[in-house]
Amino acid sequence: MASPRIALEKVRKVYGRHVALDDVSVDVRPGEFLTLLGPSGSGKTTLLMAIAGFVRPEAGLIRIGDADVTRLPVNKRDIGIVFQNYALFPHMSVLSNVEYPLLLRRLPRAEARERAQAALARTQLEGYDARDIAALSGGQRQRVALARAVVFEPRVLLMDEPLSALDKNLREQMQFEIRKLQQDLAITTVYVTHDQREALTMSDRIAVMNAGRIEQLDAPQPIYQCPTSRFVADFMGESNILPAAFLEPLGSALPLDGTLVIRAENLSLEREAADGDGVAITGRVTAHAFRGETWHLRLEVEGERQLLLSIPSGKSFDPADIQIGQQLTAYAAARHIHRLDGGPEP
Amino acid sequence: MTAMTATVNAAGLRRDAAAERRFFLSLSLPSLAVVGIGAILPLFWILQQSLTTARGDFTVVNYTALLTNGLTWRSLLVTLELSGGTLVCCLLLGIPLAFLLASTSPRTASRLMVLVLLPLWTSILVRTYGWLVLLRRDGLINDLLVGSGLVSEPVPLVYNFTGTLIGMVHYMLPIFVLPTYAAMRDIDGNVIRAAASMGASLWHCFRTVILPLAFGGIVSGSVIVFVYTLGFFITPAILGGGRISPIAIRIDRTLSTLQDWGGAAALGILLLLIVAILGVTTLGATRLIRSKPGAD
Repeated sequence: MASPRIALEKVRKVYGRHVALDDVSVDVRPGEFLTLLGPSGSGKTTLLMAIAGFVRPEAGLIRIGDADVTRLPVNKRDIGIVFQNYALFPHMSVLSNVEYPLLLRRLPRAEARERAQAALARTQLEGYDARDIAALSGGQRQRVALARAVVFEPRVLLMDEPLSALDKNLREQMQFEIRKLQQDLAITTVYVTHDQREALTMSDRIAVMNAGRIEQLDAPQPIYQCPTSRFVADFMGESNILPAAFLEPLGSALPLDGTLVIRAENLSLEREAADGDGVAITGRVTAHAFRGETWHLRLEVEGERQLLLSIPSGKSFDPADIQIGQQLTAYAAARHIHRLDGGPEP
Repeated sequence: MTAMTATVNAAGLRRDAAAERRFFLSLSLPSLAVVGIGAILPLFWILQQSLTTARGDFTVVNYTALLTNGLTWRSLLVTLELSGGTLVCCLLLGIPLAFLLASTSPRTASRLMVLVLLPLWTSILVRTYGWLVLLRRDGLINDLLVGSGLVSEPVPLVYNFTGTLIGMVHYMLPIFVLPTYAAMRDIDGNVIRAAASMGASLWHCFRTVILPLAFGGIVSGSVIVFVYTLGFFITPAILGGGRISPIAIRIDRTLSTLQDWGGAAALGILLLLIVAILGVTTLGATRLIRSKPGAD
């Protein structure tokens, strides 16, 4: 049975005077990995919990497949959930945890055991059956939670910041493992995170949320390269948002107006001929820092704007040549300049 | 080189650690003194009383007299029945109450908690006489029962086992709810949500997740209730109307009516022995259950 779509229509949730979900409508396609990305308080977890059935919205429709589940209790929705803190049963062994949803469905013990072990094998946890939950590392707990969430073949999978408690290396490894498992199962998945890199790595599409609304819904690359709002541009990493007046056009036929977005990594200190038309921005250096893969450089433009440059540390760049207060000119190619639609001038 | 760096300033630091330990030990001295003088010494005195004659010779006659007396056994039985009955009622009433408290918002829970704790702030004498007013033949409850036509004759609710049990349950319920509630409140809400997401009904989740995780709190609550009620005196004295004589009342009677210090002391030691046996058994049983994780 193919995993169904999830359709939300004008879902509204209010806590007192705070609008957590402001008439949110979104369509998650069958088998899709959709990430809800946003800062804390943006409504992403509330939206996930509304799909799960833990949050009762004030208004709206939630459909899984063709069925309206808006008023269906959690335990009837047939949803696999991975929680932020794993939410494993601490009084049960690894195997008992994974068998739990199967025994609940009155599967014969032998079959339940077999399927639970198969799910644990999928998440690289063979041989951990009898272990106590307390004896597992964070990554292993994460895998048990994953196995438990998919073992009963739920119709859709929901994950609430499942990797936020892991250290960086393990987190990046788990991102690929979760994505692979999701693709192998072809299960419709809604994933919540506040980590933009994680969202870019894992998702088919990303819904950037802010103040209870979806600001932009698109595939990772367009979200990253063509943000449609100031909020998305700001949230998706280091971007410079500037009025066109601050930029000096280089070359011909470059219409500059409105508010422009240039990512920090698309600015450089040398103008390359291959870039063709572009812009130049001149400012005074206020700070620089080494960040491993990049050099970080801050310029003050016309005494009021901050310009952020992120220069690959492999490039010929010697910070010893640069002094605080020194005048520098940064260049960006025309194809890296993105115009923001609408929104007031900063 | 490493040997040298390993011993730099070690003696001084060790002295500091020892001084710190001494300081914290000295903090417990007053309470140790109180327990020693107020509890352990009298216990030896009672033990000695129970094993000597009026002239001070060693004897076991107090114990043989006790164990051959049918009244002792009847008292023992009533004591165990009252404690067991109170425990069962506390389990039946207290576990759902603790679950309710643990599942509401912290604000509501703290308000409900005041209601739960209110009885603890009232004198036991006042409460017990309050029950007397409610439960007696012409009391409020019987008035309601007869007035509504549910019964034709007033029901004997007091001066008997029932009345004593009601009073005892009322006294012990908050004391049982406290540790049970604490254990349930500590259960991660997401664990319960996870069970629900996998399809568990509330009842199934309660049985397979909440009860096992709150087990420790329920056991401590149960032990407190049982041990505490073994020595109950005021409630059976007032609500039992002289017909209910658990061991505590027997001790009082042996002392006040018979002036038999040796017999009373022996009864006291008997009660202590029961508590000790129960304590050890419960501890062993809990360990046994705990050692089998995942058993459901």
